[in-house]
Amino acid sequence: MNDAKNKSFITLDGNEAAASVAYRLSETIAIYPITPSSPMAEWADEWSSQNKKNVWQTVPRLVEMQSEGGAAGAVHGMLMSGTFSTTFTASQGLLLMIPNMYKIAGEMLPFCMHVTARTLATHALSIFGDHSDVMACRQTGFAMLASASVQEAHDMACVAHAATLQSRIPFMHFFDGFRTSHEASKIETISDEQILQMVDEKYVEAFRKLALTPDQPRIRGTAQNPDTFFQAREACNPYYDALPSIVQETMDRFAKVTGRKYRLFDYFGDPKATRVIIVMGSGGEAVQEAVNWLNAKGEKVGVLMVRLFRPFSIKDLVSALPVTTRSIAVLDRTKEPGAAGEPLYQDVLTALAETKSEGLSKFECEPVVVGGRYGLSSKEFTPAMVKGVYDNLAKDKPANHFTIGIVDDVSHTSLPFDTELDIEADDVTRAVFFGLGSDGTVGANKNSIKIIGEETDFYAQGYFVYDSKKSGAITISHLRFGPRPIQSTYLIRRANFVAVHSWEFFDKYDVVDYTKEGAVLLLNSTYPTEKVWEHFSVEVQDAIIKKKLKVFVIDAYKVAKETGMGGRINTIMQTCFFAISGVLPRDEAIAQIKKAIEKTYSKKGADIVQKNFAAVDQTLAALNELPVPAKATSTRHMPPIVSEDAPEFVKRVTAVMLANKGDLLPVSAFPVDGTWPLSTTRWEKRNIALEIPTWDSSICIQCNKCVLVCPHAAIRAKFYEPSLLANAPSTYKSVDFRSTEVKGMKFTIQVAPEDCTGCTLCAQVCPAKDKTNPRHKALDMVSQAPLRDAEKENYTYFLNLPNPDRTKLKFEVKSSQFLEPLFEYSGACAGCGETPYIKLLTQMLGDRLYVANATGCSSIYGGNLPTTPYSTDACGRGPAWSNSLFEDNAEFGYGQRFAVDKLAEYSRELLARLAPQVGDEIVSAILNADQGSEAGIAAQRARVQALKEKLKGVKANEAAKLLLLADYLVDKSVWVIGGDGWAYDIGYGGLDHVMSLGSNVNILVLDTEVYSNTGGQASKSTPMGAAAKFAAAGKRFSKKDLAMMAISYGSVYVAKIAFGAKDSQTVKAFEEAASYPGTSLIIAFSHCIAHGYSLEKGLDQQKLAVESGYWPLFRYDPRRHGTSEAPFKLDSAAPKIPLSKYIANEMRFRVLEKTNPKQAAEMQASAQEFINNQYRFYEKMAEIKTGNQDAAQAAQS
Amino acid sequence: MDLSVNYMGLKLKHPLMVGASPLVEDLDKVKKLEDAGASAVVMNSLFEEQILAEEDAKFRHEQDAVVSAEAASYFPDVDDFLMSLDKYLNQIAQIKKSTSLPVIASLNGVSVGGWTKYAKLSQEAGADALELNVYYLPTSPAETGREVENRTLEILKSIKDSVSIPVSVKLSPFISALPNYAHLLAEAGADGLVLFNRFYQPSINIEELEVASVIHFSDSSELLLRLRWLAILDATLPKMSFAATGGIHTAEGAIQAIMAGADALQMVSAVIRVGPSAIKSVYQGMVEWMEKHEYTSVDNMRGSMNLSSCPDASAFERANYMRVLRSWRP
Repeated sequence: MNDAKNKSFITLDGNEAAASVAYRLSETIAIYPITPSSPMAEWADEWSSQNKKNVWQTVPRLVEMQSEGGAAGAVHGMLMSGTFSTTFTASQGLLLMIPNMYKIAGEMLPFCMHVTARTLATHALSIFGDHSDVMACRQTGFAMLASASVQEAHDMACVAHAATLQSRIPFMHFFDGFRTSHEASKIETISDEQILQMVDEKYVEAFRKLALTPDQPRIRGTAQNPDTFFQAREACNPYYDALPSIVQETMDRFAKVTGRKYRLFDYFGDPKATRVIIVMGSGGEAVQEAVNWLNAKGEKVGVLMVRLFRPFSIKDLVSALPVTTRSIAVLDRTKEPGAAGEPLYQDVLTALAETKSEGLSKFECEPVVVGGRYGLSSKEFTPAMVKGVYDNLAKDKPANHFTIGIVDDVSHTSLPFDTELDIEADDVTRAVFFGLGSDGTVGANKNSIKIIGEETDFYAQGYFVYDSKKSGAITISHLRFGPRPIQSTYLIRRANFVAVHSWEFFDKYDVVDYTKEGAVLLLNSTYPTEKVWEHFSVEVQDAIIKKKLKVFVIDAYKVAKETGMGGRINTIMQTCFFAISGVLPRDEAIAQIKKAIEKTYSKKGADIVQKNFAAVDQTLAALNELPVPAKATSTRHMPPIVSEDAPEFVKRVTAVMLANKGDLLPVSAFPVDGTWPLSTTRWEKRNIALEIPTWDSSICIQCNKCVLVCPHAAIRAKFYEPSLLANAPSTYKSVDFRSTEVKGMKFTIQVAPEDCTGCTLCAQVCPAKDKTNPRHKALDMVSQAPLRDAEKENYTYFLNLPNPDRTKLKFEVKSSQFLEPLFEYSGACAGCGETPYIKLLTQMLGDRLYVANATGCSSIYGGNLPTTPYSTDACGRGPAWSNSLFEDNAEFGYGQRFAVDKLAEYSRELLARLAPQVGDEIVSAILNADQGSEAGIAAQRARVQALKEKLKGVKANEAAKLLLLADYLVDKSVWVIGGDGWAYDIGYGGLDHVMSLGSNVNILVLDTEVYSNTGGQASKSTPMGAAAKFAAAGKRFSKKDLAMMAISYGSVYVAKIAFGAKDSQTVKAFEEAASYPGTSLIIAFSHCIAHGYSLEKGLDQQKLAVESGYWPLFRYDPRRHGTSEAPFKLDSAAPKIPLSKYIANEMRFRVLEKTNPKQAAEMQASAQEFINNQYRFYEKMAEIKTGNQDAAQAAQS
Repeated sequence: MDLSVNYMGLKLKHPLMVGASPLVEDLDKVKKLEDAGASAVVMNSLFEEQILAEEDAKFRHEQDAVVSAEAASYFPDVDDFLMSLDKYLNQIAQIKKSTSLPVIASLNGVSVGGWTKYAKLSQEAGADALELNVYYLPTSPAETGREVENRTLEILKSIKDSVSIPVSVKLSPFISALPNYAHLLAEAGADGLVLFNRFYQPSINIEELEVASVIHFSDSSELLLRLRWLAILDATLPKMSFAATGGIHTAEGAIQAIMAGADALQMVSAVIRVGPSAIKSVYQGMVEWMEKHEYTSVDNMRGSMNLSSCPDASAFERANYMRVLRSWRP
């Protein structure tokens, strides 16, 4: 059947590989974004919006739901009514689908879902891969089929869709998140014709007849009672019994159609192996590599790859194992604390025990079986570790319940392995690229893989490791090219070629460590070649000499500038790679790059093509080899990762993670429950800004707007006694403080030079222009490097100046910015539109603040290790921040409020009971305290402190109890923070319920109008006419008016704000929300990179959004009910510019204009009309006064 | 009565066409202009920088997005992204397809390659003629007038070599020796001259200390500058077609421009302000005036008041300046 000529190779990743089959075998698709599965849904959405047909020549239709639970429900309905459906998910999303999975399986609806297996959140969230999510579904009745590679993700998708039709048992097809889902690999594709050969029409027909229809009515989803449920539940058994053979038959048919053979349990290795590893998923590929290597050395080992995990076929498992097997290690990529063992291990044990007890054991000697855990959260799993496992199996008493790949110095579960062992074959080219997150390195590398994969006979593999930061981030690309399919499912340890795209990386990471001896090291340097050597640290010089590296240097920024590429160096560095790596002959490689450039950009502009061509040509001339001296000459050492002043934990743990060496940390380094210290971003001096603001005190008007808008708390203001300037550094700037209240003080605006991201928002907002030269403002952006050392000293000096007395500061724009931010230097995008709100919140309430944070951008820049921007004040107080999940955040925050209220109530009860011992006076003062102001809070804290002193001397049992809880007598502020994906979609049900409860919970919605963190999928906040993923053809309806929904309760304080348009209203809204004793909701406009423009224009866009009426500003305060004022106050004027002025600058709207101008124009007209109507409606609302107006008037007069 | 004119070889039913403006971006509006009687339309100007900036922005957008493990991009990958150039060419084709109006493409390039490329593409899209919009603002003291002029001449020559449709040049009035330059343009192959470009003049916001852009529509007073130069140039370039643009608001103005030497009259501000009916009313006014004054064709009037035919040539020349000054004495 199979003919080599018909083979079609393509380079894609696991997600696309699986989605391409799922799409072609579906008619209806329900989706919801979740990493790492989102790209599957994105592909399906794009194909559907391009009207690409499935194998039955009809276009699959697709809908985004509000959550994975919603998607599962929708899919259930789609199946019930007779369409071929699919969905894609992972992790927490998969958990939300479980209830419907039981239903779909119980109703025997043929169906296949595709899962990128991902870690479940436990002590921490992780977006990376393991089997904890899929293992949580093994009881649902779904068949579970595992893929171990990109090729298999393509193939098994086909097997699963075919087998479900025949068997009526629904399938979960899964593969490892990131390792397989995001690995780019050259695979052989399945054509439509081949797919059709796999799908038997008679089963298609049978499925259609299962559909629920009033034309042949039946009912489903009945309720059954004790008399019948049990028997009815057992009725499906024959179908499950038949399933393993159906899957094997399907695999056999697939082999005939495509030539690629699979077994339910595939054995690889010596047929007479004595030691066998049983494993499922991508880890099995690394095991196969190790098996081949070990057997070549004369060992007798093997590996059994589990493909069909449910139903678990004991017969097939046992028959696949060699009779010579003496010891077995079952590897699970999951952890079940408290279980007798992890699931695969238990299944294997059961299988062997059953076989033995039935007298069917075939082994020469009954094998010893041990289980172990590996690879949690994409932890590296390498052939060296595999060898460690086989070494364990060779022991008389192999360790059981072991771990491999970590150092467990607490429970001592970990097996030792040789960390230096590297078995990669010499004929595989291995290249590692250290790029910046925004320099296009990843894109260029994907392009290189395509070039080599599709234009040569070589196989190619690419895997990309990203930073946890969104600004100044590093990306590490791992590329392999070789003559055989590449099974190395782990990162490159020793590369033939290492490219370093930014000089800074040499001082931050051990990049040379990635090279093998004699490798090529390419670096992008603004230093001329002859000066490069002297700029290396002695450590780098030593390593280069020792490893005999060939070093090449290019000033890629210069080439980019000269060829009109701006700052984009990706094509240049790609050309260098092809020119010196030797992976292809140089001329052929250059021709291929140009071909790829033409293919990629010809539709987008001849000029772009020409610029890229010029860049390629000039690169070769600008590339120089650096002569490597025989001896290291540098006197400079690699700087320490964190300062010597950092706390012990930061030096011992955080610094190691920052150096990209977290893998080396042992179990004992970590807190047992995921609790981490605050104030850690301040120790990672990232120095990512090329330019920082410089302050001209002579023209500054001291408005503090720069401090307010800074997303990173990297520019700050203080006023202080002039005497404190006595020891100031020589370049430290200050000026007389302008204030009507405080006289004789000095004032300083100070930048944190090493923490600033260079986003320019401070300079953008600065209203103070030099009257004789308006181009110059009180803040101008200037080159960071020359200022770094002086400003560093100034900043340290500045931080040590005392903070102003909080109790004397009013909460308005200027004075609020003298409050210390307890959220600083986050890893959010440079110029982020969300973080200024959070920073403001911490300035106002940070010392008594709870933050319940929905999963999303804010939980990532808030709590993605190694560091957190949340910090403490001088008294050690600071935000109590936590993230539960995505969907439950309002409830989670509400629970915290509930608990805090209970503890406060209990404290008050204890206090009242202890009045005889501590005195009525202090009891009464504490219980009746007014804590409505900073002064009130400070006074209460002083009373509580006094109380604690007294309690220490009281012997009563209850005194000890109160001592523990006394701080709850000081008011706390509970804030629920999340994005629109949470508030409008997945968390809306809970949000709505919490708003109905009237509790003192404050809800801050950072509204970017799109799922930003997962890459820009549409939410119910996405505006009409904007293109987003899952709305590739433009969102057809207006966003929902969440504010009005909240206002309908009448008891919720609601504000809609945009700090870039009207900062005074923002500050006011925060103050009112905090003081409102019930629930409050603030919907905060957050400019975002997902809107498609440079964030330095973020504030301008906020202004346009408000001026056009796109984002009206208002505050609804239930305290104004029954007063002479209307509860609803409109804070922005009637639209004064057309909507088109606002949206013209944003790519999200322009996409539609450029792809479907007619529809864009229609939508724009509808959106304009909506805005006009909405404003009229709001205007009327603002006129409505409520309650007894006569009484209100009387009260006022 | 024969109002038809020959503008660069294009047979127009009368001289009144719609000048370069965004009015042509909406096909329905173009149809309304045709219904109102426009004899031709000039497309809005296609700016080379705009195209390059757009390509660059798209390129940057795709290349520079900050990638993270969870977000490899932020937008759906759209293949058929219509760039301004595609949209422009498509609009020419659409207008040609759905109306019978002659279409004149208006180009504004910055490089010779860019100019010729867009000229060819416009011709392929169906344009009947090209208008080169030489909107150039010299800011460098090192650049001479001759250099600026030579650049335009070179561009014109290369465009003439690459297209077969007629080509006009839309001039600025800020040229030291316009008649000489006009002759050089004629030698380089210009089929028509369009007088004059109206530059957008920014103003200054004195509160915010910002340069503010303002749109200022023309009025009839601007016609006077055109009349003088039409009269001067028409007298020495008998084979050249001339179009007047800027200040055509009334039938009287239209007739004056024709008498000064214009073959075609481009209206924009009046059409934007009043609507397509502005063309109709000028047209009717012209017909009435010609009937009343017994002109049987536009040809009879064309150039009748140019520098060589008018009764008092000095009125168009330097003497006019002194005379007007003297007459203005209180």
